Amino acid sequence: MNNFSQVLREFYQREPERVIVTLQHPNQPDYGITYRELVECANDYAMAYAQAGIQPGEVIILILQHGKDLVYSYWGAVLLGAIPSIMPFLTEKLSPERYRADLSALFKYTRPTAVVTYPEFEAEVHALMTASSSTVREVFVAGRIPRQEHLDFDHLPGLQRQATDIVLLQHSSGTTGLQKGVALSHRAVFNQLDAYSAAIRLTQDDVIVSWLPLYHDMGLIACFLMPILRGVHVVQMSPFDWVRAPWRLLRAVSDYRGTLTWLPNFAYNFCAQKIRDRDIEGVDLSSWRAIINCSEPVRFESHQMFYERFQAYGLRFEALQTCYAMAENVFAVTQNDLNQPPYVEKIDRQAFHEKHLAHLALDTRPALYMMSSGQVLPNAAVRIVDAHGRDLPERHIGEIALKSNCMLTEYYNRPDVTRKAFLPDGWYLTGDYGYLAQNELFVIGRKKDMIIVGGRNIYPQDIESLACEIPGVHPGRTVAFGIFDPLQGTEEVALVAEVDINDQAEQEQIADAIRKHIAKNSAIAIRYLRLVGPKWVLKTSSGKVARSANKEKFLREFGEEFGIQDTQLS
Amino acid sequence: MMHDSIQQTLSSFIAERILKQPKRTIRPDEPLISSGLIDSFSLVDLALFVEDTFGVHIADTELNASTFDNLEQLSQLILSRKAA
Repeated sequence: MNNFSQVLREFYQREPERVIVTLQHPNQPDYGITYRELVECANDYAMAYAQAGIQPGEVIILILQHGKDLVYSYWGAVLLGAIPSIMPFLTEKLSPERYRADLSALFKYTRPTAVVTYPEFEAEVHALMTASSSTVREVFVAGRIPRQEHLDFDHLPGLQRQATDIVLLQHSSGTTGLQKGVALSHRAVFNQLDAYSAAIRLTQDDVIVSWLPLYHDMGLIACFLMPILRGVHVVQMSPFDWVRAPWRLLRAVSDYRGTLTWLPNFAYNFCAQKIRDRDIEGVDLSSWRAIINCSEPVRFESHQMFYERFQAYGLRFEALQTCYAMAENVFAVTQNDLNQPPYVEKIDRQAFHEKHLAHLALDTRPALYMMSSGQVLPNAAVRIVDAHGRDLPERHIGEIALKSNCMLTEYYNRPDVTRKAFLPDGWYLTGDYGYLAQNELFVIGRKKDMIIVGGRNIYPQDIESLACEIPGVHPGRTVAFGIFDPLQGTEEVALVAEVDINDQAEQEQIADAIRKHIAKNSAIAIRYLRLVGPKWVLKTSSGKVARSANKEKFLREFGEEFGIQDTQLS
Repeated sequence: MMHDSIQQTLSSFIAERILKQPKRTIRPDEPLISSGLIDSFSLVDLALFVEDTFGVHIADTELNASTFDNLEQLSQLILSRKAA
């Protein structure tokens, strides 16, 4: 089959009554969507798009949270042959000005012709539409899409899409991320699903349970497109509900006999630390055959913590698994063999830090635990390269370069950015550091300065420029970076800002203003904030902020003040 | 436990454990959730702390700005549930 619509038609004709997506909302009965309902309600959206003149190949932005309309509007775009992209939605905490700025950033290169949103947000999108450069012609409001009496599947334009046509876009959040849409073809997604579902031995008896947002590759591919395109039941809850009650995930696994879940590393710590026994009384986790750790560097300590907390509930240690994935490859690059726990090794700490080598540690030497992200999938190839793109031997740490049959087509409408991401011979530079040993890939972290908090990518420049908007802060003299917190199992955001003021009370006011401004404009919590005097921030000779040098200086000067342990890996 | 000391206890917990600024004081009317001062990852910590310290349960579906958004409202909520 060539495209998503053809696959959907097959399931619709063969198994219309199969429940494929179950949506959970607190204090409401679970809602099961069959293939019949999925197709019929998606058709309502497809017809509404078509009647408004939206054409196949045009981009439709979905600004919707967890719920039925997100599912229907997405597949409605697919059935029309249009290109859906889910906007990393922003919470009520964010200021309208920031939302507008983010949408403008998104619209600038993505050039959508339609937006689907909630009634509450309609006016906001309309206001933006009138901006002269906007390409948006129509705003669709969830809940106001007319029902269609007839479904004429065979004439839906989505069926005519070519395998190489772009089927969807994925963005990461923040001003920088919103300007770089990862464009994927039908074929790339199918190739990924072929390779990945074989690696995890996916069958229609599986049940996926997820709280992941659908604007992120892990949620979108593993817990939305894969199950629907492969006939596997998925149970979804909202990330907002899960973060307030992490026990809901375990309860759902127990209730639905869930077999597969994907989680970012921090979620293992979060669940282990923040779930009370009374909330999981009677829960049975023995059906869980794989809980796959993905989207930030994986930690053995996090797996241990999770296993110790939940083994009494039937959790098996072999169920704790790892994977390395990225949106540019649709999803997974590697997967651990599900028959055994991920390979863990102890490497010499000093050689790691000083020589960028991952040598196995002798018993007497200080060591670091490294957990493998598994083996490269058969449809992909991985090299470790130095700064000049030359191959490095085993156990040398370098940048992970990737080639596969499921790579992105391009960064949408960004030929300049696309070109820069690839080596001349077609290898994609991932921006991640890692090493290979005995066919296992170990991922260490980002080469670039990107911060990963709870699986969410954060560009430090977005935070730095927000801090500079506060009166009293020296423009261009702020620096943001991530600091790994072993207790949380993820990075925390640190920010240093230069100010002239020495008065304690005034400094506190500025610090407060920075925190609030950043929370309101990016929904990021700054964990470590330090104001400093002039000339503290280190810059390179070309005047750029040297983030890693500043991070070292911060740890040296203020590490103790903030009680940060010396566990930094890079 | 009196109203003021509940606020004091909550203020110290938020400053030390959530904001990591032990010297920071939090005003009774200062918005906590709507302002983003307490991020969503920390809300469950606050709920567990309230339960352990005051013996008052706050359901996860109540962890939003419409239930409480500042120390005054939170301490009122605690007092009213303790009395019930």
